[in-house]
Amino acid sequence: MKVSMTVNGARYDHDVEPRTLLVHYLRETVGLTGTNIGCDTSSCGACTVLVGGESVKSCTMLAVQADGADITTIEGLADADGELHPVQEAFREKHGLQCGYCTPGMVMAIVSLLKENPHPTETEVREGIEGNLCRCTGYHNIVAAALYAAESAKAGAA
Amino acid sequence: MIPASFDYRRASNLDEALMMLSDGGDDAKLLAGGHSLLPLMKLRLAAPSTLVDIGRIPDLSYVREEGDALVIGALTRHRDVETNRLVGEHAPLVAHVAGQVGDPQVRHRGTIGGSVAHGDAASDLPAACLAMGATFTAVSPSGTRTIDSSQFFLGFLETALRPDEILTEISVPKATGAGWSFQKFNRRAQDWAIVGVAAVRGDRTGVSLVNMGSVPVRASAVEAALAGGADETEAASHASDGLEPPADLNASSEYRRHLAKVLVRRALEEARAA
Repeated sequence: MKVSMTVNGARYDHDVEPRTLLVHYLRETVGLTGTNIGCDTSSCGACTVLVGGESVKSCTMLAVQADGADITTIEGLADADGELHPVQEAFREKHGLQCGYCTPGMVMAIVSLLKENPHPTETEVREGIEGNLCRCTGYHNIVAAALYAAESAKAGAA
Repeated sequence: MIPASFDYRRASNLDEALMMLSDGGDDAKLLAGGHSLLPLMKLRLAAPSTLVDIGRIPDLSYVREEGDALVIGALTRHRDVETNRLVGEHAPLVAHVAGQVGDPQVRHRGTIGGSVAHGDAASDLPAACLAMGATFTAVSPSGTRTIDSSQFFLGFLETALRPDEILTEISVPKATGAGWSFQKFNRRAQDWAIVGVAAVRGDRTGVSLVNMGSVPVRASAVEAALAGGADETEAASHASDGLEPPADLNASSEYRRHLAKVLVRRALEEARAA
């Protein structure tokens, strides 16, 4: 079946098998391998991307369901000139990653969270990333990064 | 993990969806948000020959007041139910429970109709519908009918929906100002409830249980005890009367019976205090 969607601002048209999962489409057909596959069972959140600006687990969505959608992956966050997105910058500043495997999904989940709730409490951040598992950090610095990104955005807006 | 092959049909309106569903034969399945069905298909526990995608039907996502009821379109996503002002005002239990389903990513895609139609004993929203005394509207080529939530869940992942029917609307009697509680016992964030309890105490009293049998169930014995004047602890002691809770990795049947008793008491106390 023919699908067309916008990924990180560029339009893609492909013929896909209906059973193709969005994550496989993004990684193997579009060639954007920043989105990781972790558990493959909608649990770990490593495959989180934005569909229409909202976080979604791309292992639990068919590419055909995303036909016509506007997708953002981790590759689409930084500026064209390489300047990091505030959430990426916050992960660097707060050392919010160790092995890095969960990081693309974590960052996308937090971008979505901050869009819905620009000034979350620490508890709201922890609940907001309940769909993303990290086996290295103990979450502490990830939560710190999300709060730092929210603070920077506030400072930027002021 | 990749699902088995299937024919994909995308419906642009309800009539088209009904036709595609009939054409698809006995094992055609409806696809809405896909957050119950796709995981089963990836595990090859389900392998429908045809998927009819109803996710884009434009007029099945809404929340409206209709007299004493709040009607919610079947395609309304959990996130939209969770944050809807009308649901928060007139059915806060439903809004809260919608916010407890899975995790934010799941709530962005999963729909209330999909959750109800899937009929999983372990999922939260069917229990909330039971406690609220909700009714469900189903449409088929032969017409429209209303099914009471207490008559809807028939067996393991089996509902009163016929193969040619589509669930279109959930009607929830308003419980404005009523006390309510949702007790979800699990060991990890985003997990299914090991046992859950939904309770409403106002003009009508409803108590229901998550994961205490093969279907989402009303705690009828608790409701009857309360109606008969029993106090909360006494009523809660009937939490698992007549039920056969499952045993699995998380809990034995006996442990579930214990949890149900404790959680029903907490729910009744919290719903009273509210």
